[in-house]
Amino acid sequence: MQDVSAHGWDAGQAALPAWSLPKDAVDRIALPGDWPERVTREWALGGSTGKGARVCILDSGVEAGHPRVGDLESAVVISIGENEEVIAEEDTEGDVSGHGTACAGIVRTLAPECSISSVRVLGSTFTGSGSILLGGLRYAVEQGFDVINMSLSTTKKPFASVLHELADNAYFKRTVLVASAHNMPVESYPWRFSSVISVGSHEEDDSLAFFANPNPPVEFFGRGVNVEVPWLGGRSLKVSGNSFATPHLSAICALILAKHPELTPFQLKSVLYLTATNVGGGK
Amino acid sequence: MTEKPDLRAAVAAGVGGSEESFRALLAAIVEVARSIFGAKASSILLLDEATEELVFEAVVGEGEDTLLGTRFPAGKGIAGWVLATQTPLVIEDVQQDPRFAKDVAEDSGYVPSGLMAAPLMHEERALGVLSVLDRPEQSLFSLQEMELLGLFANQASIAVDLLLKARKANTVLDQSEGDLEVVARLAAVVDALEDEKRASGIRLLNDLAGTLGA
Repeated sequence: MQDVSAHGWDAGQAALPAWSLPKDAVDRIALPGDWPERVTREWALGGSTGKGARVCILDSGVEAGHPRVGDLESAVVISIGENEEVIAEEDTEGDVSGHGTACAGIVRTLAPECSISSVRVLGSTFTGSGSILLGGLRYAVEQGFDVINMSLSTTKKPFASVLHELADNAYFKRTVLVASAHNMPVESYPWRFSSVISVGSHEEDDSLAFFANPNPPVEFFGRGVNVEVPWLGGRSLKVSGNSFATPHLSAICALILAKHPELTPFQLKSVLYLTATNVGGGK
Repeated sequence: MTEKPDLRAAVAAGVGGSEESFRALLAAIVEVARSIFGAKASSILLLDEATEELVFEAVVGEGEDTLLGTRFPAGKGIAGWVLATQTPLVIEDVQQDPRFAKDVAEDSGYVPSGLMAAPLMHEERALGVLSVLDRPEQSLFSLQEMELLGLFANQASIAVDLLLKARKANTVLDQSEGDLEVVARLAAVVDALEDEKRASGIRLLNDLAGTLGA
C-alpha cells in the first residue's frame, strides 16, 4: 500500500519515495543523457567480459568447479520452514539434474568474467516445489543480483500474483529477470509478465545471435537448439529447449550491464531490442 | 476412504473404459511416438504423489520387458527436472550422465544415448513425463520436432487423465466393500443393452428411483 504521507515531495527529505514531482525538484532528478546517436552491438557489449556483473542461476543447483563453469560466488538451497519462512542454506549437494550446470556453463562461456551464484529450488522435495520456487526467487531478488536466470516456469495460477509482485520488485530494484518461455501451448509464469525478459529458441548456431519478436509475449529468441553444454561429473553434452536459450540472453544482459551498470531493466530491454540481430544490431 | 458411498464413481467404474483399455491407449501413443521419431524406445512415466516417485506406465522398444512398473524418485534426474519445471527438453549423449543411467537403466541394462522429454500436463498439474529415447544419431534436432513432441505429450496427457479417473473410480468401488458393486454392475448391464431393452431398463431404474423416494 502506498504511504500517503509521502505524497508531497519534501526537498529536505529526498530519501522518501517520490510519488509526484514538484516543479522545484526537477533539477534534482536530472539524469545523464550520454546515449550514442545509434545504439550498436559494439557500444552495448563490445570488449565486455561480464566482469562486475552478478548472475544468479535459479535452477537445480550448479556443479561448482566444473571446468566450464569455474568457481561460484555462492550456492544456496532453498527450503520452506514451519512458519512458511524462506530458508537459504549453503548447498553442499550441488546440481541434482545437470540442468543448472548447463545454464551456468552457457553464461560462463559468453561472459567469462561475470560472477555466478546458484540458488537451488529443485530436488529437496517434490511436494511444495511451487513455494520453494517463489521463496528462491524472493531470496534472489533480495540479494540484489544484476541478472536472475530463470529457465523454468509454473502453470499454477495461485502463484501467478505472487510471481508478478516479485517480478515487479526485481524490475524496480534493477535486477533483470530473464525467464524461459514455455515450449508448449500452456499458460505459465513468470515469462508472460512485461517486467521480465522472456526468451524462446532460435535454431541458428551463433550463441550471440538473438532476435526481437514483434509478436510478444515472447520478446526475444536466443540460441536454444543443439547447444553444447557442461553437465554433471565434469562432462559435456548437446541439448535443446527454451531453457537453454534463456541463459544465452542472461549472458548477453550480463555483458551489457558489466559495461553499462547504470542501465535500468527498462533501458536494458531497449538496448536488447536495438541490438537484436534482426534489428540491425548483429551487423 | 469415503464416508458416503460415491454412486457416480461406481457408475463410472461400471460403464467407463477399463484400466486395461486406457493402458492400451498409452501403449499406442508411445508406439506412435517411437515410430514418428524413428527412435529406439519411448515411455510414459506417471507421478505417484503419495510416494513422490515416477512410475513407468507404458514402455515400448528397448527396456519394455523390464521397465514397466519400475519406480525412481521424482525430485531428481532429467525426468524429475522436466516434471518439476513442467518444461520439455532434449538431451544427447546422456550416457555421459551417470545419474541419468541410474534413473532409467539400472534394472534394464539399457542406457540410452539421447532423450527427448516433455511434461504431461492436465490443467495446472504435471501428471508425468513422456520420453522418446535414442533418435537416429545422424539427425540434428529441430524445433519442429520439439513441437511434435509437445503435441504427443498433449494427447498422452488426455489419455493419462482418463486412466487416473478410471483408477479413482475403481478405488472408490474397492473401498465400498461391495456396497457399490451392485450399482456398478447394474450400470454396466444397462449400458450394454440394445436400444429397446436399454430404454426399458432405464424406465425400470426411474421407477425404482421413484419407489425409493428420489
